[in-house]
Amino acid sequence: MTGARILAFGGYQPDKVVTNDDLAKIVDTSDEWIRSRVGIESRRVAADDETVADMAEAAGAKALAASGLSPSSIDLVIVATCSPEVPLPNVAATVAHRLGLDAPGAYDLNAACAGFCYALGAASDAVRAGSARNVLVIGSEKMTSWIDWTDRSTCIIFADGAGAAVVGPSAKGEPGGIGPVVWGSAGDQAHKITVTSRTGAIRQDGQAVFRWATTALHPVALEACARAGVSTADISAFIPHQANLRIIEAIARRLGIPRDRVADDIVHAGNTSSASIPLALSRMAEQGRLQPGTPALLLGFGAGLSYAAQVITVP
Amino acid sequence: MTDQEILAGLAEIIDEIAGVPADEVTPEKNFVDDLDIDSLSMVEIAVAAQDKFGVEIPDEQLKDLKTVQDVVNFVSKNS
Repeated sequence: MTGARILAFGGYQPDKVVTNDDLAKIVDTSDEWIRSRVGIESRRVAADDETVADMAEAAGAKALAASGLSPSSIDLVIVATCSPEVPLPNVAATVAHRLGLDAPGAYDLNAACAGFCYALGAASDAVRAGSARNVLVIGSEKMTSWIDWTDRSTCIIFADGAGAAVVGPSAKGEPGGIGPVVWGSAGDQAHKITVTSRTGAIRQDGQAVFRWATTALHPVALEACARAGVSTADISAFIPHQANLRIIEAIARRLGIPRDRVADDIVHAGNTSSASIPLALSRMAEQGRLQPGTPALLLGFGAGLSYAAQVITVP
Repeated sequence: MTDQEILAGLAEIIDEIAGVPADEVTPEKNFVDDLDIDSLSMVEIAVAAQDKFGVEIPDEQLKDLKTVQDVVNFVSKNS
């Protein structure tokens, strides 16, 4: 059977920078409080007329260009998102059309902040099964359109952006690729992160989510490593969902992965839900912080509660 | 386990998670006011305490544990 691997990444962030001091003008908070509780210094916010599809297109175009593939060789587009402006039409078909792809399969997927790892798992399986030659996987979110700007526990966290990866086949005998996805859910805790109505905003029981994230997820990451046949000592980069720097550090500590191998994109990107992992990957690739050919560990987690992890070979 | 042993174990945990030297972790200290430990660190301390002492400290209980002695008492009573 054919294997699957990531060929390239691409990321997009809106132009508008919102600092902690900017937020301190509209809610009762401070730069010091935000830095110490969530580790964010600034985040990006999309323009009023900038959509999830616009950002997905921008990130997808970069990943496609970096992959060197022709648009006609993409057979499937998966967009992970939980913040589309409307439920119909889906984002993926619009993005596929705008990128000039040749009428590929196109669907959106909602696993909230775990979405990218789910989409990557689905893409990998599609390539392995022969359902698609190459797949464009995108996480794109306009979380700020679901924010109550008077709720200081959430408006300081969430942000906007998109990240993408192109998944293609790996030749027989070629090392590496995309390891088995280890995924799961805890629907009994669904009430801990919710949007309660069509016009509502994200509400989160921060302390309960923090406890869950710092206790339930490192075993998932360890299983993903085991399924891929690598140990945590082999992991050259750990890219967890950029939810909260304190969560990231706690999970990394439990896994014994040194700080310099751990993504900290949240500091300047905020929490962009399903976009955070590919956005962090594309930035780390640009900065030369990824070592091609080595294993990197991805771990997505969030509302649902849903989670997923896999080991990838850095392209 | 004696209260002294629980205190020593708790001091180790607090040192590791919040960077507070063990000799500063004395029974009368208030986590927030004296040791500058925030609510998220308290969750991490509760989780580590569960691993170390085998006593679960749920979020509902955690908010009532204000001082080092409160945690020692809780662990002692529930272990």
